[in-house]
Amino acid sequence: MDQVMPPPVRRIVVDGEPTTVAPPPPRPETANGHPTGVTPLRRRARTSSPGRERMRVEELSVAYAGKLAVKEVTLPVRQGEVLALIGPSGCGKTTLLRSLNRLTELTPTASRSGRILLDDADVERFEVTDLRRRVSMVFQQPNPFPMSVFDNVAYALREQGSKRPRKHDLQPAVHDALARAGLLAEVQDDLDRPALRLSGGQQQRLCIARSLAARPEVLLLDEPCSALDPQSTAKIEELILELRRELAVVIVTHNLQQAFRIADHVGFMYLGHLEEYGPVDQVFGTAKSKRTRDYVSGAFG
Amino acid sequence: MADLPGRVSGQRQDRRAELGLGALASCVLLLIVGMVVFVFGKAWPSFAHNGLAWFGGGGNVDRQLTDIFNSPANPSNYVYKMHAWPLLYGTAVTTLGAVVIGITFALLSAVFIVEFAPAQLRRVLEPVVRLLAAVPSVIYGLIGILVIVPFVGNHLISQGRKESVQFVVQLNGTSLLVAVLILTVMIVPIMIAIMVDALRAVPSAWTEGSAALGVNRWRTIWSISVRAARPAIVAAAVLATARALGEAIMLSMVSGSVGFAPNPIDGLTFFVEPTRPLAATIVDNAEGLSVKPFGQTLYAFAAVLLVSSMFLSLAGWAAKQPLRKYGNA
Amino acid sequence: MAAHAHAVAPRTRAVESTRSWRTLDRIGLLFCWAAGIALCLITAAIVLYMLVKGVQFLRPHLLVTHPQPDLDQSKTGGFLDPILGTLILTVIGISVALPLGVATAVWLTEYGRPASLARAVESGVEIVAGTPSIVLAIFGLVVFQQHIFSWMSFTAQGNAVFARSFLTAGAMMSLIALPLVVGSTREALQSIPRHVREASYALGKSRFATIRRVLLPAARPGMATGATLGMGRIAGDTAIVVILLGASLQLQAEGSTPLLKTLRGTGSTLTSYVYNNSPAGEGNAPQKAYAAAFVLLLIVVALNFAVDVLVRRRKEPQWIR
Repeated sequence: MDQVMPPPVRRIVVDGEPTTVAPPPPRPETANGHPTGVTPLRRRARTSSPGRERMRVEELSVAYAGKLAVKEVTLPVRQGEVLALIGPSGCGKTTLLRSLNRLTELTPTASRSGRILLDDADVERFEVTDLRRRVSMVFQQPNPFPMSVFDNVAYALREQGSKRPRKHDLQPAVHDALARAGLLAEVQDDLDRPALRLSGGQQQRLCIARSLAARPEVLLLDEPCSALDPQSTAKIEELILELRRELAVVIVTHNLQQAFRIADHVGFMYLGHLEEYGPVDQVFGTAKSKRTRDYVSGAFG
Repeated sequence: MADLPGRVSGQRQDRRAELGLGALASCVLLLIVGMVVFVFGKAWPSFAHNGLAWFGGGGNVDRQLTDIFNSPANPSNYVYKMHAWPLLYGTAVTTLGAVVIGITFALLSAVFIVEFAPAQLRRVLEPVVRLLAAVPSVIYGLIGILVIVPFVGNHLISQGRKESVQFVVQLNGTSLLVAVLILTVMIVPIMIAIMVDALRAVPSAWTEGSAALGVNRWRTIWSISVRAARPAIVAAAVLATARALGEAIMLSMVSGSVGFAPNPIDGLTFFVEPTRPLAATIVDNAEGLSVKPFGQTLYAFAAVLLVSSMFLSLAGWAAKQPLRKYGNA
Repeated sequence: MAAHAHAVAPRTRAVESTRSWRTLDRIGLLFCWAAGIALCLITAAIVLYMLVKGVQFLRPHLLVTHPQPDLDQSKTGGFLDPILGTLILTVIGISVALPLGVATAVWLTEYGRPASLARAVESGVEIVAGTPSIVLAIFGLVVFQQHIFSWMSFTAQGNAVFARSFLTAGAMMSLIALPLVVGSTREALQSIPRHVREASYALGKSRFATIRRVLLPAARPGMATGATLGMGRIAGDTAIVVILLGASLQLQAEGSTPLLKTLRGTGSTLTSYVYNNSPAGEGNAPQKAYAAAFVLLLIVVALNFAVDVLVRRRKEPQWIR
């Protein structure tokens, strides 16, 4: 069977259920005759109506030491949806993501032009800590702090405010954040255990809980599953779909199937340009650009 | 088959090497046992004659030392009376003073070097600080005795202050203040060098993660970087304390060679009163080592230093244990 | 791509403004800058002061003339003997500390069995590192007064062993260099990836052959760093010299065997020379103390520089990981 029809997508994630290799559902075929590279497992219905526009990137260019990494990208981020950024390595996805909450400023050689708006206000105008509280980020490698689980989740609450809250007062917020990240059941019995002793997947969910504790409005995820096993990946994907209801999620991913499973809109980036942007069905089905079609069908990467 | 004898001899050689290297490594333990046995063996008569009063106060230490030095030649008439409190107190005050000021100053400076200093300044400052960490203590002592001591003696101590205590002690600039000051300057570079390395080694994933949560730079430094560097800070503090505790030459040059216990009740005069820690006392009286009871008294001082430094190693180890729990493992 | 370059604005701000910070944080930052500036000032003051005094008082003839005890300062000569003393002592100390320290480090990293003994040795090294040199000095005095060590110094009248000589002082000096040698050799050995050892075993080499042919050559920069740091500590130590090297200004040979007579004899070093010529000592010749201190400082700077070069060389990638 393999000889007859090679798998169209390079990175196949074994997702626990063997039915993934079943024939794809009827959907438009791409120009080269292969079915588009997606698994049939859609975990949910699409949102019917697009949400309010939360953030807007306008003509954004970012350069490191004069070398452009992101070139004149324009892109909206809507409330209540998942926006996935896909594209080959080094195409500027992560840089675009990091400029949304101005983390690029931690790199001394970075420079930027164009505008990024959060609720119609330029992010340049925000106090940077204020901006990052509203637009929080989870990284590729799980990076829990070397503290207890409780202290990790309480970290932002303790360090952001103008005075340090007491541990007792933090309890509800920490429990809530852990519950939202789907981790509470696993760690409830001992919140004082060291965070670095959790498994990789648990660590990543802890990092998400840590971000959620500060009640952000936009959550940026930079390939959050690339260091994780399939089971943990599935859990985090479910979690992202849950979170979508209350905040805007932007996720960078290398994994096309993941993008297809969880995204509402997809942006395809290529060499710093936003090559294609649109609803997930459009990008994976009837993409305007040939390059996008080639990429999602696995012709290059 | 042919190489079998070779392999067997290789194994035998291996075994011999392990035993030989192990024996050499164990020399260190032998040395420590020897140190404890010899030093305490020599010191025993001084402790035995005084009992717990050895650690107490009472009388003039310098006069007691003179009496011991001038003991009659007959062993049964040796004088051993020693109440070493002023020396112990001097050691504790100078060491603690320098270490407490030093840790604060070194930590702030290390954070400055790693996080805030302009790149050009850092490029000059860091190697110079590392150099200062290696400067022999006698050079600090020389600057102290030729520059700081006369300055304090001539400008900071008024005539009235000198006269107020002239029947108890002479104030000439060699003082607790200068001792603590120079000691601090001596141990701070050592601590900075260790702390800077540790702060640099904190993974940027942690500091970035903190920044991404909207926590400002200062709070990130203290609650992530400094927190993660705590084991190194403890190590730096232990090393610096060991240096301060054992510093003999420099302190004998600047602390004033008087076995006097500066009294905090004296107000500001407290800081300019002379003192003399244990280590400096040994160096100052080294010529007397051959006088038997006097030598034994000096060995008793050394024994106290030896035990203190061992306790210090132990305390450093104990302080690091709870920090390991959440650490990088 | 160049067409886009002009579109990019100047650099983003790398440093956030402190406007949103808590008052306490801002006060902390202020203290941090104060400490940093104070550090700069103190460092500059010490370095410049020693430089000025050194240039002011150091004369070439001081380096090549023997010191003479004399009340008249113009006749007390230079400090050739102390320089030689420092050299001799450093060489003795490091040639004892290096083999012993490397052996200890190799045993700890490559064998380390039984584990309890290894842990004991490890803490033993730490204890030696924390022991004040004055304690080591008078410990050395009582040990080398034993009759079996009489060959290291000489036996005075009344059958008492003098115990003060270059050999005895050097032996104790080796102990202050030992922990530094052990530390950086261990660090170097630990940084050699496991697969290098495994590759050697796979070729049929024994453990010991691996250590000798593969690991030790690779750890050589680390050993050199430790040795250099140790030499710096030896050259800078005063307490052991004052107690264990006798108080003679010049090199005083003991006996008649050519080299051994110097080693068994007494002398002085730059540190003890500085100490004795400061107001705390008998000489009280500050100019000469400054000049000698400057020479000592130059030695330390040179050793420091050597460490820097060695460390930098070690940082270059040596292994494919």
